[in-house]
Amino acid sequence: MKNKRLILTGLIIFFAIVTVPLWYNLFSGKKPAAPELEYTAKAKAAKVCVEPTAFMKVNHMELLYMWRESVVRKGERTYVNSNGKKFNMSLTNTCLDCHSNKDKFCDRCHEYSSVRPYCWDCHNVKEKE
Amino acid sequence: MENSRRMFLKMAGITAAGLAAAPALTTLASSGPGEKHKEKPVGKVMNNADALTAKHWGMVIDTRKFTSASDLEPIIEACNKIHNIPKFDDDLKAMMFSSDKKRHEIKWIWEEEFGHLFPDCENRYLAERLRHIPFLALCNHCENPPCVRACPTKATFQRADGIVMMDYHRCIGCRFCMAACPYGSRSFNFRDPREGLKEINVEYPTRMRGVVEKCNFCAERLAKGQLPACVEASNGAILFGDLDDPDSDVRAALRGRVLEPSLPFITSYNNMRWSCLIQR
Repeated sequence: MKNKRLILTGLIIFFAIVTVPLWYNLFSGKKPAAPELEYTAKAKAAKVCVEPTAFMKVNHMELLYMWRESVVRKGERTYVNSNGKKFNMSLTNTCLDCHSNKDKFCDRCHEYSSVRPYCWDCHNVKEKE
Repeated sequence: MENSRRMFLKMAGITAAGLAAAPALTTLASSGPGEKHKEKPVGKVMNNADALTAKHWGMVIDTRKFTSASDLEPIIEACNKIHNIPKFDDDLKAMMFSSDKKRHEIKWIWEEEFGHLFPDCENRYLAERLRHIPFLALCNHCENPPCVRACPTKATFQRADGIVMMDYHRCIGCRFCMAACPYGSRSFNFRDPREGLKEINVEYPTRMRGVVEKCNFCAERLAKGQLPACVEASNGAILFGDLDDPDSDVRAALRGRVLEPSLPFITSYNNMRWSCLIQR
């Protein structure tokens, strides 16, 4: 191979630059700042969401999928959670009734994780408190 | 490059090292611990306790009670308001008689002339009166809906109680259903409907650009134990009930009627809008 040394140094520099974010995360000791969610007074007072908070954080989209399927296609609109409490399955009328601060609750996380759910193209956002 | 045992072992070694490094890389790339696998919710779903239910929802419109467009207006308005049906003012400003006036029109329940609604009943001896009376038109919620057969994504489907529904989440906007519907009951959102809404009923979603929409027999109201908006606004001119229940209002209204154009009591119910023909 001609110019072996040049090519190899070039490759090493290239990989070093490409993997900078990885090394930065590893050695800077800083954790990526997780978005801070604000709870409305109503959400604070209620303390628990439809399901336990830990479950909702990871799986709220699964729950919403289930709700959507059930409401639209089966016409069944009441959700009975693991504690036997009943909820009206509605994004605007139930979820956003408590979390009426969409921009400080839904959007913060969605922006952080770069997901763009298209819920709001149709579903309305309740007036802010 | 020479194929040798030495070369093969080298390559195998590099591959193994790469595979071993993969999990380390994924850890570095992830946002830290705490990422869990998705779980399905454990709760159960059920019908609302106060929901109105039927085996076969049907609607009867007593057309004798409507004599002018102003009789229909509050009914249409009630539906439009509740379901966030847009009206595009800039279209309405188009030239008089221009078809542009209606090019973005969305309609769930609307005013129609007799000949368009009952073309087979129209003839030259038709009572003159009928030519000048407006009629209400809406989705028939057909028993064997052609739109459902045409839909490639099952975005439109028929519920067990006969209501033909739209699942806007699944609609890809191909408009096959519009071509299939013989009654023109479906409208396509060429524009973002929110542009044409002055007031939004927050409790009911709007649609987005690129989906087809139509009347849903107020499925969302039935679930809350309310009658459809048009029925409520009609002062008894529109009946709504279970066609499979012989004691229901709708069945009582149909019983013993001979439906002739000269007797303009024209029913518009689930499976046969053309009851004037069928019952003749």
